[in-house]
Amino acid sequence: MIEVENLVKSFGAHRVLDGISLTVRQGQVVCVIGPSGSGKSTLLRCVNGLEGYEGGEVRVDGLRVDRTRPEIRAVRRRVSMVFQRFNLFPHRTALENVTEGPIFAAGEAREEAEAHARALLARVGLAGREGAYPSQLSGGQQQRVAIARALAMRPRAVLFDEPTSALDPELVGEVLSVMRDLAREGMTMAVVTHEMGFAREVADHVVFMDKGRVVEEGPPAELLTAPREPRTQDFLRRVLRPLD
Amino acid sequence: MSLDDFLKAAREFLPILLQGMGMTVLVTLCALVLATLLGVVWALMRTSGVRWLVWPAMAFTNTIRGIPILVQLFYIYFVLPELGLDLTAFQAGVIGLGIAYSAYMGEVFRSGILAVDPGTIEAAESLGMTRARVLSRVVLPQAVRIVLPPYGNNLIMLLKDSSQASVITVAEMSTQARLIAASTFKNQEVWTLVALLYLCLSIPLIFLVSRLEKRFGRR
Repeated sequence: MIEVENLVKSFGAHRVLDGISLTVRQGQVVCVIGPSGSGKSTLLRCVNGLEGYEGGEVRVDGLRVDRTRPEIRAVRRRVSMVFQRFNLFPHRTALENVTEGPIFAAGEAREEAEAHARALLARVGLAGREGAYPSQLSGGQQQRVAIARALAMRPRAVLFDEPTSALDPELVGEVLSVMRDLAREGMTMAVVTHEMGFAREVADHVVFMDKGRVVEEGPPAELLTAPREPRTQDFLRRVLRPLD
Repeated sequence: MSLDDFLKAAREFLPILLQGMGMTVLVTLCALVLATLLGVVWALMRTSGVRWLVWPAMAFTNTIRGIPILVQLFYIYFVLPELGLDLTAFQAGVIGLGIAYSAYMGEVFRSGILAVDPGTIEAAESLGMTRARVLSRVVLPQAVRIVLPPYGNNLIMLLKDSSQASVITVAEMSTQARLIAASTFKNQEVWTLVALLYLCLSIPLIFLVSRLEKRFGRR
């Protein structure tokens, strides 16, 4: 579904991604963890073509991701993105945020798009809030609208870029539970996250990144409880027991 | 000047001054349309990120901003005919004010476009929208809200600056006032009247702008 091969990307002299390879198969949930600045978000942004890259290749559904070509829009309609800071359209209601893509990127009819959007908003627990503007919603609600917006494109996969990092702690759960339901329904997901509990419970595969490279990867039970690499061990110790 | 004198003068001169006021409004509106259209062009060029669009727009707007409107009006009305382009005073006034204000409007629009949260632009791109759609559905609607108050302020300035068109004989309100004052010597009455008439136009605009600021300024 998503294939990343030997991906290289620099910002100026700084090499953010240094030969990353990653595969997300149909129906799989892959969590990417690692310290900030390790290139996790950049990796996701390359898959969606929000960033270009210098070396290697990214393919989605067999299509090469190249942000300089118009075909990138076909790729983007196949893989939706959920952002750390929600990035909802502040001038549009929750419903309009969700219908925007189907109507104005995919050319869906308005009635169809709205019916779908209502169903999606209900699915993320926001039935009745269709007319609310983002500024009238809590962070958790905004992120759930953003998830509905991503799903409205009927994507083959959804990319989550630290979806709970900008939320107040008490609002994290409502977003994670929507994501967990989505995973159970078989959605293909790539999730950059610091939520180790989520990774352990929901992920099929966990990747630990540091300094633009994959340090270690494997099933969550193995990687999160018995990591082999010292850097992974060190990172997990800091995340799970920050006061030790 | 007693109130009586003033009212008498008002009765006498108001019809001509109102005619001039009509011209003031017409010049302002026509110049506003031109300034807005051109201003959008400058702003889009300057935010395009394409060097051969950014540079000409920057050079043009900075040149215009650096020359007094009065000089620009003289140039268009008196110099262009020598180069074979004859314009009526009205046309020259509208074009001169329109171009001059397009530079200010362009700056306002540019800051509005830059103030749009780039995250929302990325979100639109990530949905697979074309660049034109991103612009028309996401960037411009947000930029308009940001821009409305300063746009309104520019409009108020333009309204007042339209009086500068009197130097090239456009028969707007201050031109009429000057003619009346020169022939009747009733400077006090005439200019008080003109000041009041300008206030009648600008005060409602000032209130409108502050309402817009309250409405859109929060985000």
